[in-house]
Amino acid sequence: MADHVSPAEKVPTAEPFGLSRDSEAARVRPKMEVRNLYFWYGDKLALKDISLQILPNEVTAFIGPSGCGKSTLLRCLNRMNELIPNTRMEGMVLLDDRDIYREMDPVVVRRRVGMVFQKPNPFPKSIYQNVAWGARINGYRGNMDELVERCLRLAALWDEVKDRLHENAYGLSGGQQQRLCIARALAVEPEVLLMDEPASALDPIATAKLEETILELKKSYTIVIVTHNMHQASRISDATAFFYMGELVEMNRTDELFTRPREKRTEDYITGRFG
Amino acid sequence: MTEVQQAVAARFDLRLERRRRLGQILAVVLFFSTLFGLLVLTSLMVDVVRKGVPWLDWQFLTSYPSRNPEAAGIKSAIVGSFWLMLLTALFSVPIGVGAAIYLEEYAPRGWFLRLIQLNIANLAGIPSVIYGILGLGLFVRFFALGRSLLAGALTMSLLVLPIIVISTQEALRAVPQGIRESAYALGATRWQVVSNHLLPIAAPGILTGIILALSRAVGETAPLVMIGALTFIAFLPESLLDPFTVLPIQIFNWTARPQEAFRGLAAAAIIVLMMFLFLMNLSAILLRNYYERHRPH
Repeated sequence: MADHVSPAEKVPTAEPFGLSRDSEAARVRPKMEVRNLYFWYGDKLALKDISLQILPNEVTAFIGPSGCGKSTLLRCLNRMNELIPNTRMEGMVLLDDRDIYREMDPVVVRRRVGMVFQKPNPFPKSIYQNVAWGARINGYRGNMDELVERCLRLAALWDEVKDRLHENAYGLSGGQQQRLCIARALAVEPEVLLMDEPASALDPIATAKLEETILELKKSYTIVIVTHNMHQASRISDATAFFYMGELVEMNRTDELFTRPREKRTEDYITGRFG
Repeated sequence: MTEVQQAVAARFDLRLERRRRLGQILAVVLFFSTLFGLLVLTSLMVDVVRKGVPWLDWQFLTSYPSRNPEAAGIKSAIVGSFWLMLLTALFSVPIGVGAAIYLEEYAPRGWFLRLIQLNIANLAGIPSVIYGILGLGLFVRFFALGRSLLAGALTMSLLVLPIIVISTQEALRAVPQGIRESAYALGATRWQVVSNHLLPIAAPGILTGIILALSRAVGETAPLVMIGALTFIAFLPESLLDPFTVLPIQIFNWTARPQEAFRGLAAAAIIVLMMFLFLMNLSAILLRNYYERHRPH
């Protein structure tokens, strides 16, 4: 994490989508930026001319009804969509002002931009090995035991598993497995953490715990979270982007978007009139 | 009945009696289909066991074939079958598993890949005699390997390759997509994903496919008849280029003789071959059960 610009260093940039020019946030250099992005599954256009900025050490939420493209966009941010055959992308995604598709190796991109999926999907290995694997394949040279403990603590799982690190991860509950997946993602020391509806398979108590974890992680990481749950978006995010049918309808500071939506479609969605 | 219920009932012609009767008739037909297959198989087995058991003893297992039925045995056939299976595995497993990994994890999707898939599925269904003709032309004549163990094993490898490729592909496909995605998302390269996660998880399934493919190879006769392995062999192969015999060939040989005693010998050899195939299939089933119980969800 040494090579990325600290959030304190503010550089003037063009106006980010949906952020008012005079706001404090607008003058922070974005951690990631999407420029005029189009995405196709076969012939079907899934994302239409998306441009937005993701600010460092913030939680950015992507909301919108099913099929609106929010998960697709999330997966464009670490080149995961390349693994799906028969897809095409146009446009640019920048990480610290570098084009992740043209100037960077996908393996490096995914090390720096980690991901937690909708369904908890630990490897069929021990808890310890789940966390250590990513670090090991990326040639981690530090003390592995310390790294595993640090990541499990960050993901608020350490106290529950410290006595059974070498047991199979499938023995954990769904909420524990999801926090293990977060710990696993943290072990490669990413700068950005993408989360694709991470709480959708969890019960309310596990969800609350996960949200606490996310707020804690915000101090050191930039987080982008896709969620179906608007209350969750308003509780944990700093900025929110609303997508509808492949378009970015509106993006703003979360409190602004939820209290004074500019677009009729946004208002309809957040007030529960559709979606 | 309320008015609504009556109106709904009027719109349907239930014909319950007729539907039930049809179901019952079909159940009886299906039962007799099963019974037919079972009866044929059982009578075959009973016949073989009745004829073969009197000949089945230690001397039979440890003697070479002979013109004298009392002294004849299947030692050279057992050893030949063993070597043939081992060599076939040696050639077909790395190539078959390798091809399956490429097709499933590396090859770009598209019409060309679909064409290859279709061809492999077709190859798995081609009569084994055709493989024998290919083996005769390619290995026996062109590469001048003669009627050797090596030529036989290479021919058998061709025969079982499609089976191994297809079953390995299926085992890889059964690995949950989430495992691949989360491994890639940690910055793994393709080979790291394949070697660290996909192969270990798919291993039991791949192994099951290999065992079934090899049991096919052990039971096959036609391709070996084609490459000219149908000879009287009363010695053990000492090198890859030696001629050989295998259990199904020995059985074929004995059944063709006019004397009644050789039929008994053939039946005894069939029992040995069946026991062997039974053990192989059993191990495949046990492996699959183990796999089902320890499958990542």
